[in-house]
Amino acid sequence: MSPRLATSGVEDARIELEGLRRAGGDKLTTAAEAVRRLVPDDAVVGVGGTNHARTPMALLFEVLRQGRTGLTMTRPLSCFEAELLLATGMADRIMTSWVGIGHGWGLAPVVRHLVESGHAAFEEWSHLGIGLRYKAGAMGVPFLPTVSMLGSDIGARLDLAKVTCPYTGALLNAVPSLNPGVALVHVQRADRLGNAQIDGYQLMDADLALAARRVIITAEEIVATDELRLDPARTVIPGFAVDAVVHQPMGAYPHECYGRYEADLDEFTAYMRAVKAGGVDGARAYVARIVAHRDHDAYLASIAPERLAAVRRTAEEMMPR
Amino acid sequence: MTGPLTGSPSTVAPQNPDAGPDEVMTITASRLLRDGEIVFAGIGQPLVAAAVAKRRQAPHLTVLLEGGMIGIEFLPGELPASTNEVRAAVGAQMMTNAADIFLMAQRGFFDYGLIGAAQVDRYGNVNTSIVGDPEHPLVRLPGPGGANDIASMCNRVVVVTQHETRRFVDHVDFVTSPGFLFGGSSRRDSGLRHGGPAWVVTDLALLDFDEVSHRMRVRALQAGADLAQVRAATGFDLLVHADLVHLPPVEDAELAVLRHLVNGDVSDSQETPR
Repeated sequence: MSPRLATSGVEDARIELEGLRRAGGDKLTTAAEAVRRLVPDDAVVGVGGTNHARTPMALLFEVLRQGRTGLTMTRPLSCFEAELLLATGMADRIMTSWVGIGHGWGLAPVVRHLVESGHAAFEEWSHLGIGLRYKAGAMGVPFLPTVSMLGSDIGARLDLAKVTCPYTGALLNAVPSLNPGVALVHVQRADRLGNAQIDGYQLMDADLALAARRVIITAEEIVATDELRLDPARTVIPGFAVDAVVHQPMGAYPHECYGRYEADLDEFTAYMRAVKAGGVDGARAYVARIVAHRDHDAYLASIAPERLAAVRRTAEEMMPR
Repeated sequence: MTGPLTGSPSTVAPQNPDAGPDEVMTITASRLLRDGEIVFAGIGQPLVAAAVAKRRQAPHLTVLLEGGMIGIEFLPGELPASTNEVRAAVGAQMMTNAADIFLMAQRGFFDYGLIGAAQVDRYGNVNTSIVGDPEHPLVRLPGPGGANDIASMCNRVVVVTQHETRRFVDHVDFVTSPGFLFGGSSRRDSGLRHGGPAWVVTDLALLDFDEVSHRMRVRALQAGADLAQVRAATGFDLLVHADLVHLPPVEDAELAVLRHLVNGDVSDSQETPR
C-alpha cells in the first residue's frame, strides 16, 4: 500500500492524549491566540462543516491573517475557503470529495488553475471515504472497511489497500484513519470548557473533533454548562476533546450557520468578481482585503448592517415552528 | 399514473414544444420514481426530478440528501442550492450526520440513487473528476461529492445527463462513480455485490443495460427523437432493445409542476429575495 496512507495516527494520537489535560479549566480565548498556539506550519487542518455550511471562517481568516506554510486542508466538501488557502500558498494540498463555488458560479476557478498547472494537489476521496477516515480516527482504530470507492479510479489513484473479510471472504476497501493535526469547528453554542452543541445538520464535525489531535471551537454563543444540561443529547463534542473555545458571533460568515444566518451571496459575488478580474492574484487581493481588518468582528463591522440583518432574518424565518 | 414506458412505436407524438431539453430529462427521470420508495438525490436535476415525482405520482417518496437529511419536503421557489444547507435541512423528518447517511446506503436501505455526469461510458461508469490524463488533468472537475457512494451502494442508480458525444464516451477518462466497470461480472468481482446503473436518462432517450454484458442499450426514445439522432450523439456502439418504444411527450401539467417548484410563485419570490 501507499506509504503516504500508512498511518500511525491513532497510536500517536492516543499516546499524546496521556499528556493532555483538557477535562477541566476555562478554555475561552481569542481566535488570534488559539490559532497562534494550535495551528503550526505543515499541519493537516480538518475544517468543520461542508461546502458553505457552518464553515469556521473566522478561524480560517485568522490563519490567513497570521500566515502559515505547508498546510493540508481536509474537508468532505469544499467551497471557496479551499481557494483562499491554496491561492495564498498557505496550503498546497486539499483532501476532499468535492470543490465548487456553487450558487450558479460552478467550478472552483483557482483550484482548477492550481491543480491543472501542477501547483497544488487535489487528493480525491469519496464523501464517505473522508467520513470513515475521521470515524476511524475518532474510534481509535487504524482503518475501517467499506464498499465505498471499490472498482473506481478514486481508490486506484489513492492506492487504497483492500481487506478480505475473515468471516465471509467479502472484498472491501480498507480506509485508513486520519487524525488531523488540528480541527477547526464552528458551532451554535458551547460552554467555556468546550462542550459544544450543534443545531441542524451535524455533518462530520463530531468525528472530526474526536479524531483531531488539537481542536479549536468557535461558537455563536457561550453559555453556562447548566444550559447545556437542559438538552444534553445535543452536545456532540465533549469538552475533554477541545483545546480552545472562542466566542465568535457570525463566525461562519460569509458562509451559513443553521438557524442563525444564511450565506451572503453578495460576498460570493465579490470573491468571484475578484477572481474573474485577477485570477489567483484576485483571490489573494480578496484575502488581503479581509485580513486587513484586525479580527472577524472588525471585518463584520465593515459589512453593511442591512446585509447582515437580511441573512439573519431569512435563516430565522425558515426555522420550523 | 404515467409510467416511463407507456408509449409505443406507433405513437410517435411530437415533444411538447414548450419543454426545454433539461426539462424533458428531469421529467423523464421523475417518472421512474415510484410511490413509497426511497431516493438518494444529488443536487440539480436529480433533486428537481425527485421533487416533481413527489408532487405527482409519488407523494410518499422519501427523499434523502448527502448532508444527512431524510424525508425532506420541497418549498416551491426555495429548492436548495446545495445538499448541505439550511434550505435542504428545514422540514426534514430526520437529520443524521453526513457519514451515517452513506452507511445507511451501504446497509441497503435506498432504492434509487440519482446522479449527474460529465462523462458516461458504455458500461455506465461515470466521470465527474478529471478530463484528460489524471496525472496532468486538462480539466479538474469538482469530484464525486456523494456520487461515488451513491453509485456503489444504492439499489438502482439513475444517471441524468444531456446526450452529447463529449459526454457519451467509449471509456471515461476517470471512473469517479462505478457503473458495470468493464461489463460482465466485473462490478461484482470488484467487491460491489449490489446495485449498479439501472437507467440513463437524456434529452433524447431512456437507456438501460443488457442483463448479461451490461452494455448500454436504448430502451426508449424521447418523443420527437429518432434512433439515428441518439447514435449520432453517442461516442460508442449502443445496443437497442427489441421492444424499442417512444416515451410519451412531456405533459403541460408536469411542466407546470416543475416550473412551480423551481421558480415558485412570483409573489413568493418577491417576498424572499435570494
